[in-house]
Amino acid sequence: MSHDLVDLITAKHDVRNKKRKLNGKERFWLIFRYVSLAFIWFLVVMPIYVMVINSLKGVKNVYLTNAFKLPEKLDFSAWSVAWSGTDYFPQSISDSMTRTLFFVIQSAIISAIIGSINGYVFAKWKFKGSNLVFTLFLFGMFIPYQAIMIPLVRIATTLEINKSIYVLVLAHVIYGIPICTLIFRNYYEAIPNELIEAGRVDKASMIRIYRSIILPLSVPAFVVVLIWQFTSAWNDFLFAIFLTGGSPKLSVATTALNFITGSSNQVYYGVNMTASLIVSLPTLIVYIFLGRYFLRGLLSGSLKG
Amino acid sequence: MSKSTQNRRSLSARTGGLLFVLPSIITVIIFVYGLIIWSVNVSLTNQNSGSKKAIEYVGLKNYTDLIADERFTHSLSNLVKFTVVFILGALITGFIMALLLEKGIKGEGFFRSFYLYPMAISFIAMGTVFNWLLNSARDEDAGGLNLALQKIGLGFLQNDWYVSEKGAMYAMALPAIWQMSGYVLALFLAGFRGIPDDMREAARVDGATESQIYRYVLFPQLTPTLLTVLIILGHISMKAFDLIIGINGKSYVTQVVAVYMWEATFDSRDYAKGTAIAIVLLIMIAIVVVPYLRYNNKQQAYR
Repeated sequence: MSHDLVDLITAKHDVRNKKRKLNGKERFWLIFRYVSLAFIWFLVVMPIYVMVINSLKGVKNVYLTNAFKLPEKLDFSAWSVAWSGTDYFPQSISDSMTRTLFFVIQSAIISAIIGSINGYVFAKWKFKGSNLVFTLFLFGMFIPYQAIMIPLVRIATTLEINKSIYVLVLAHVIYGIPICTLIFRNYYEAIPNELIEAGRVDKASMIRIYRSIILPLSVPAFVVVLIWQFTSAWNDFLFAIFLTGGSPKLSVATTALNFITGSSNQVYYGVNMTASLIVSLPTLIVYIFLGRYFLRGLLSGSLKG
Repeated sequence: MSKSTQNRRSLSARTGGLLFVLPSIITVIIFVYGLIIWSVNVSLTNQNSGSKKAIEYVGLKNYTDLIADERFTHSLSNLVKFTVVFILGALITGFIMALLLEKGIKGEGFFRSFYLYPMAISFIAMGTVFNWLLNSARDEDAGGLNLALQKIGLGFLQNDWYVSEKGAMYAMALPAIWQMSGYVLALFLAGFRGIPDDMREAARVDGATESQIYRYVLFPQLTPTLLTVLIILGHISMKAFDLIIGINGKSYVTQVVAVYMWEATFDSRDYAKGTAIAIVLLIMIAIVVVPYLRYNNKQQAYR
């Protein structure tokens, strides 16, 4: 049995009794399964369908009562309004999107580097008490960040780092340490000890082993951590609203969107839907192309995998 | 190599490892544990930036005040309602999804990919849509779910959803279930597929029916997975914040503990109260998560 849960999930799997042709009862259950799967699929897709079709109806033709109706003709004007704003809809999303992309990429890269080093030590160079330290790390992954938020805001204000977007890079790097360490540790645990045993004598060889053996094998784990940190920082609202919420100049995708859809623009449903869709696109695209790695991060977060 | 030099070397290698993680350890000690202690400290004072009076320690007053605070108890009872419906709903939905897929079926990858995509989108973005879909307008004004219900002849089920006085939190659980069922699916699917096929095969040879195989062979094997699912859903639920904000802002009817903490901190600038609420939330989550971490730690030791 493989220990890699993602492989288990995504491998071609068939445990039906396929020696015989399906009898009537089995055929019924197969049809039942497909109908149920399709029904759930329909429910899962519905909200994003509503988002997409209502972003194509233009600025003014979007009403609650025709929420499910396809547009009569395609009209992309809501996209340009949501992206760059107009006189009646001044809060555009473009600046916040660029800003978010800027800080999210940096925090993901730094997190991955730190996670890789930590994971290497926790998997292959255990020191006295390292398991306890690791468990204490993990607790940091589950805490509600509200419990550290007020002091954190105070530190950021005192040091005046809350005037720059780097405050969010810092926050996501710091509070990303546990999950990133965990993902890399689990990945490195699976690398056979024999592979590194030979050189395993002193400090110098520790770095050499990392560079010459571990690092070249780490690409999949880096992908997992990079997209995990990318997605969670992109979708984060809590740190953003507490650390930069007071300043429109530092608004990120989620805080800007919340401001737009929560403000008096309620009438411009089409633009609101479009802005939400635009904000969702980067993480959706990452998921579409690298879903497998996303799933791996997700399962790590549950301490399984 | 003599034994003593070997010991010395391996010792230096061990401390070497510690050296590399030391920056992270210090960071975690300061920014996780240190700031929690700081928060606890603030919660024991009368600190709020609105008043100019000197900061004094007031003991547990902020906590006892919370018990008497109608808004806090309201947000706590909202959270309980939300948690119960959300956990049950996501558990059942995700489990059904896993049951439908676990045997392997043509098109599995297609369904699985779609079932998991909501996990990649922010609550804030989905909030815009759910704010709409769960709109309370009815009959000819209806849109979203109320309209859909009319169309399929279930018009009597039309509802006020998240603005209703009694059912607001149950309505709030729907988008949460929508977003998180995929996670449950992934965990259960991994659970099902971790069970060796031989067990199923052996039961089949012994003449067990398919439903007996599920009932007596497969389900008992999923107990650890069930535990994980409950812990994960539980802590996500107790932290519910952006999901609520995204759909209904800070409205009183749907206020939960995390949202009330935000309001106390941001709007009332009452930091002592804000930290007290946050610490209560932390304790609630710790009660669920710490035993899980210990259990997990023991499991690791056996590997």
